[in-house]
Amino acid sequence: MYQYDGYDQQMLDDRVKQFRSQTQRFLKGELSENEFLPLRLQNGLYIQRLAPLLRIAVPYGLLSSHQLRAIAKISRDFDKGYVHFTTRQNIQMNWPRLEEVPDILEQLAAVQMHAIQTSGACIRNVTSDQFAGVAADERIDPRPYCEMIRQWSTFHPEFAFLPRKFKIAVCGAQNDRAAIRVHDIAVELTENEMQEVGYRIYVGGGLGRTPVVAELINPYLPEKDLLTYLEAILRVYNQLGCRDNKYKARIKILVRAMGISAFRNKVDQEWALIKGGTATLTDKELARIKKDFAPRPYETVDVLECNQNLNQQSQQNNAFAQWLSHNTFAHKIDGYSAVTLSLKRTGIATGNVTDQQLEAIANLADTFSFGEVRSTHEQNMVMADVKKSDLYLLWQELFKLGFATPNIGCLTDIICCPGGDYCSLANAKSIPVAESIQRTFDDLDYLYDLGNIRLNISGCMNGCGHHHMGHIGILGVDKRGQEFYQVSLGGDPSLNTSLGIILGPSFSHTEIAGIIVKIIDTYVQMRVEQESFIDTYRRVGITPFKEQVYDKAD
Amino acid sequence: MTKLIKNNQVVEDSWRLISDKNITSVTDLAQSEHIIVPLKVWKSCHEQLSQKTTIGVWLDSDEPPTLLADDLPNLPLVAINFPVFSDGRGFSYADTLRRQYQFEGELRAIGDVLRDQLFFMKRCGFDSFVLRENDTAEEAMASLQDFQHAYQGTADNSEPLYRHR
Ligand code: SF4
Repeated sequence: MYQYDGYDQQMLDDRVKQFRSQTQRFLKGELSENEFLPLRLQNGLYIQRLAPLLRIAVPYGLLSSHQLRAIAKISRDFDKGYVHFTTRQNIQMNWPRLEEVPDILEQLAAVQMHAIQTSGACIRNVTSDQFAGVAADERIDPRPYCEMIRQWSTFHPEFAFLPRKFKIAVCGAQNDRAAIRVHDIAVELTENEMQEVGYRIYVGGGLGRTPVVAELINPYLPEKDLLTYLEAILRVYNQLGCRDNKYKARIKILVRAMGISAFRNKVDQEWALIKGGTATLTDKELARIKKDFAPRPYETVDVLECNQNLNQQSQQNNAFAQWLSHNTFAHKIDGYSAVTLSLKRTGIATGNVTDQQLEAIANLADTFSFGEVRSTHEQNMVMADVKKSDLYLLWQELFKLGFATPNIGCLTDIICCPGGDYCSLANAKSIPVAESIQRTFDDLDYLYDLGNIRLNISGCMNGCGHHHMGHIGILGVDKRGQEFYQVSLGGDPSLNTSLGIILGPSFSHTEIAGIIVKIIDTYVQMRVEQESFIDTYRRVGITPFKEQVYDKAD
Repeated sequence: MTKLIKNNQVVEDSWRLISDKNITSVTDLAQSEHIIVPLKVWKSCHEQLSQKTTIGVWLDSDEPPTLLADDLPNLPLVAINFPVFSDGRGFSYADTLRRQYQFEGELRAIGDVLRDQLFFMKRCGFDSFVLRENDTAEEAMASLQDFQHAYQGTADNSEPLYRHR
């Protein structure tokens, strides 16, 4: 991963100093609540229902074991001994004390971590594929580009007070695992006919109240022009984005209002002024960043022997066999696998991990995966470089820790926001809904038979749980003071992006698991052969699901 | 006289800000020295005002610098108003003035200017700052030095960090 030099470190240290003085001014009454608000937000600090909430950036999901241990210690010393992994690959702490936040940030800075721009109307933490750099279906490693975007966007003086928050995602593989096209800017790595690296750029995607899939603005942007082009887009948005209505302030609304071609023209005009200028990337900089993402010192593994052993172990142990086929992922290098740690064990709040578990994971990462882990958009964790001959050993350890639930990609691998249990904006609780569904679908063989189904839950319209993007989406709504849930079908986070359509009137908490059963039953009846849920839905449409769900309820 | 920060120093303000955008008669203005007039007044009384060399113009947050493009070479001062600190359009306007139009006069931030924004404002090309009421210029000076380094190339230093790393 990227190695900080003196410049990077100094900027973090300066930031801690700055925020310490701002916090002191606030506590002394020199800064009002209102004035302190944007300052704390740009340091990831919200005031929530129960306590402040601190959101720590995990740049494009990469974490070293060293950093994990620091997080564990901080959560123990300053919080309640657990953290929450979000859909944006970040880490949240739910119970820090405001006056201690500067100390937390100082300890984070000591391991090159921070909470910079994790909230507020600025450019947020860039996100990417959790299998970046190792995926067998990858064309170009997105991590160096993520890092260049991270540096460019960090403390960008012109774009710290945008109309609204701004999210950028990057992917370089055949399959998009980062849902890039629901971001304000989506960067898809590509090559031109001459095999020169460049980017396909989409703009104006987003979730929330008005979900939109980003539109293509540039089919091929040359590699070195990345930052000047992003700057041009941001400059147009900063000047023309709506500022008097926060629901109309995202770039998606501006792009839609102007139309993509008018917006493109505007960007091209701005770009013409800076294209080829000093912000153009250099060979030296590309090489400097890329060297930190060079391939690991992989060992040669006897693949044949290894596979024989895995077969044998699978035959002897069904739980291992299930895990092997669902929680491991094809690696670029023969003899290696990427392993997903499921944070979706029934009865545990989605994405929550304790301090001791973090430390145990750090130790396993040191032993099995070059001391690095990743956080995923689906709120799981990944060890990206595991030797196949170590898989059985690693599985045994993960099993003991409770991270070996073999449900990756299944209906119970639910994306779920913190919801009403933690979040002051929630209309309804989401964690208990996830749990009731996990309890209902507890037969693994049945889950495997159902295949890949993405179920996402958000506690309100803000859509932190990406309910629009779920094959099945659940949204908490308020119905005369009561918690209700609206169900949508047909969302798809892949490059084939689509947004879910609302099924009909909402349901109470007690009904919801039964409704999911009816939806699944409909799918099972309608599917032909191995057809996936989303393909069946696309073929038959929403009507059969509607009929089945509302028929008996009416 | 109010104090302001100019070229990294606290100084007395020698300019008078005319905040009323709806002035129609400018005869008395045309007599005065060192005034900063609203863009609208500047436009409507261009003939009288543009004779003078000690008149500056201020832009509101919905008045991009293109509206002033032709006059820039002759203006000693342009001010950009921040009606609320969170309205960040002025940051882009400053960059445009400095880098696209090569404006070399004084570029002043006025309105709801927070001390915690000074470092970013300076980087975008502002060189003078009239702080909002409850921030004092003396205390705010420290914020100009909040960071020792920065990644991006901007109006005050057009090389990105990676070009000298
Ligand atoms: S979706 Fe709503 S309830 Fe859930 S975390 Fe986001 S803001 Fe809170």
